[in-house]
Amino acid sequence: MNMLSEAAVEKALDKKMNEVAYKMIGKDVSVYYGEKRALFDVNLNVRENTVTALIGPSGCGKSTFLRTLNRMNDTIEGCRVTGKITLDTDDIYDKEIDVVELRARVGMVFQKPNPFPKSIYENIAYGPRIHGLARNKADMDAIVEASLQRAGLWAEVKDRLHEGGTGLSGGQQQRLCIARAVAVSPEVILMDEPCSALDPIATAKVEELIHELRANYTIVIVTHSMQQAARVSQRTAMFHLGQLVEENDTDKMFTNPDDQRTQDYIMGRFG
Amino acid sequence: MVSSHILSAYDEELKYLRRRISEMGGLAEQMCGDAVRALVNGDSALAQKVISDDVILDHAEREIQDKAIVTIARRQPVAIDLREIIGTLRIAGDLERVGDLGKNTAKRVIAVQGHGVPRKLARGLEHLSDLAAVQLKEVLDVYASRSAEKAEAIRLRDEEIDAMYTSLFRELLTYMMEDPRNITTCTHLLFCAKNIERIGDHATNIAETIYYMTTGAVPEGERPKDDTANTVGAIAD
Repeated sequence: MNMLSEAAVEKALDKKMNEVAYKMIGKDVSVYYGEKRALFDVNLNVRENTVTALIGPSGCGKSTFLRTLNRMNDTIEGCRVTGKITLDTDDIYDKEIDVVELRARVGMVFQKPNPFPKSIYENIAYGPRIHGLARNKADMDAIVEASLQRAGLWAEVKDRLHEGGTGLSGGQQQRLCIARAVAVSPEVILMDEPCSALDPIATAKVEELIHELRANYTIVIVTHSMQQAARVSQRTAMFHLGQLVEENDTDKMFTNPDDQRTQDYIMGRFG
Repeated sequence: MVSSHILSAYDEELKYLRRRISEMGGLAEQMCGDAVRALVNGDSALAQKVISDDVILDHAEREIQDKAIVTIARRQPVAIDLREIIGTLRIAGDLERVGDLGKNTAKRVIAVQGHGVPRKLARGLEHLSDLAAVQLKEVLDVYASRSAEKAEAIRLRDEEIDAMYTSLFRELLTYMMEDPRNITTCTHLLFCAKNIERIGDHATNIAETIYYMTTGAVPEGERPKDDTANTVGAIAD
């Protein structure tokens, strides 16, 4: 009897291991910019503690989709989103949702590093302060250090925390922006071509960082570099003309994709 | 089936690899035929030609390897392109081995020359060699057409060569038992037969590689085998 129950426990554990945990679920997501429809009924689920790369040619809707995940599209005049997106169980387009709090849970890193014109310390401290995450100076110091550590920047800036953030190199600035995103303890980090303004060494450092962050965060990255998608992600989603063409394991996507359009795009062939 | 690359130089590199594989295939095929012809006719000049052709084949394999590595480094190929290049490397390796086996057969021409090859055995060897030549020729045609179904069909046909090899093996044993003076010649011929049988295996490898290049999957199921030569002479049940 004991044997049986042990086997049952093992089976249950096994099932749990193989179960896919989704952090965000997008169902029939469409986006309109005024009259123009930019996304067509996209169904894409974002797995927890996974790096999901969104790829596709310019204007395919990948950045538009990324921006729906923390309602960045709200800031665009005439933009309308239909369908349903949930973060855990919360419908993020629900009227009750506090958008500021949503963006703390779903942080974002942009294409061009955009540190505030303030000190390195203040760049990190700004978010935790407005969200009331630190009770005192010691708390804040700890958050700043931990965030810079996580972003792999601490060793490089610890002696000049009070110097301007804009004085850092491009790669350091981008890692500062990642540290800033991490400082408010988000659950999901969205990255919109985070390396397109960086040289290969700085790119490698950011990619290494993405790899490490995956243990604690769910990451969605938009990239124009197919090789970057192949290097950093576990899942890849291919967009084309506002539609989700294929979503698959990255390994499969780059060796034997199912869809002809994916094939042509990643191989650099005429579609 | 697939459209061109945006970068035309990339297409040129892939075309170059395809062309070189076809050339290697043509030469390997010719060497195999020549080697067996030299053997049954005792033609040492032809044997010598096979031996020197092998140098060209080895050289071609190295060139293909170098070009493939440079292409991987420069283009970072993915999907079909990646499978194509990896497949090219494998096929070049198989063809190089086919050349070695042809050369090995050619080298034995001198050893068997004094005694000559009995007519019946010669016909057996020629027949075996014809089967292998057909496999090789067809697999190279499939390489050009990239038909997964045809690759699969070739793979399933290796059985015939195996069966023929087993029957030659028995025949050679009989000759050796009849007269020990046949042993030297027959042992060499046995190696030649084994070489030809191995050429058939390489053709099958190539068929499997083409299947993989085209579909991204390995063909299902075991290769059919009818190679029972390893049990010939075992005590009957």
